[in-house]
Amino acid sequence: MATLEHYLILSAILFCIGVFGLLSRRNAVGILMSIELMFNSANINFVAFSKFINPDILTGQIFSVFVIAIAAAEAAVGLAIVVLLYRNFDIVNIDKINFMKW
Amino acid sequence: MYMAIFILFAIMSIAGAIMVITLKSPVSSAIALIFVLCCIAGLFALMGALFMAALQVIVYAGAIMVLFLFIIMLLNLKDEILGEDEKKVTRVFGSILGIAFLLEIGFFVRRALTVGSESLMYPVPEQFASIEVISTGLFTKFLFAFEITSVLLLVAIIGAIMLSKGEGKTEY
Repeated sequence: MATLEHYLILSAILFCIGVFGLLSRRNAVGILMSIELMFNSANINFVAFSKFINPDILTGQIFSVFVIAIAAAEAAVGLAIVVLLYRNFDIVNIDKINFMKW
Repeated sequence: MYMAIFILFAIMSIAGAIMVITLKSPVSSAIALIFVLCCIAGLFALMGALFMAALQVIVYAGAIMVLFLFIIMLLNLKDEILGEDEKKVTRVFGSILGIAFLLEIGFFVRRALTVGSESLMYPVPEQFASIEVISTGLFTKFLFAFEITSVLLLVAIIGAIMLSKGEGKTEY
């Protein structure tokens, strides 16, 4: 029987893979996909806490519905920015995009 | 049996996540991400959250990832545009931060579960996660957050259209 601990450890591993991908990927689409991984590990946590801590009120699951909606909004805006960068600079490598840095 | 299914889904999702961040081609990593999302939907179904599993497959794997794949196909990304060169510094820094996060979260999970492990486990009722209960909560207690989410989605739609409309290069 898998307990709360197993789900929390799995989501921690997925979150840390997402953090590593966020820092090591160089193209913007890959970074957005790493962020989606981190959203999903948060979702696993919400549903697992909802099941194992207080299954009568489903606050955790309702919040993970909101998380999915926010992930959709983030993906739409982020991909629009990627398309804009590609159209203006012909590049999606975030190391080359530094015109706002200094 | 429950544990075996959990371990199967967990290993598949971790392997898929590693493929997402290591594969060079964005199309392959998007496909790997769809695989991870389906495994996580399986975990939701295993926890009894059938509505969340359906939502994960329909909205996440069906809508958001199709948007990702559409953009990747539209951009026609080549290697020199992607620029996935071997940046050792970011890779070392990323793995240090990732492992530190893992140790930190693992430490607190361990401590939280050894401190109050009896009070954490309630028996799961029969009606767990029926759509009726979720939608009652969504439209009564969390109605304000629900409406705010719809405004957020509207803002995201307007922002995406404003960003990507117009022809050719923008002048700076």
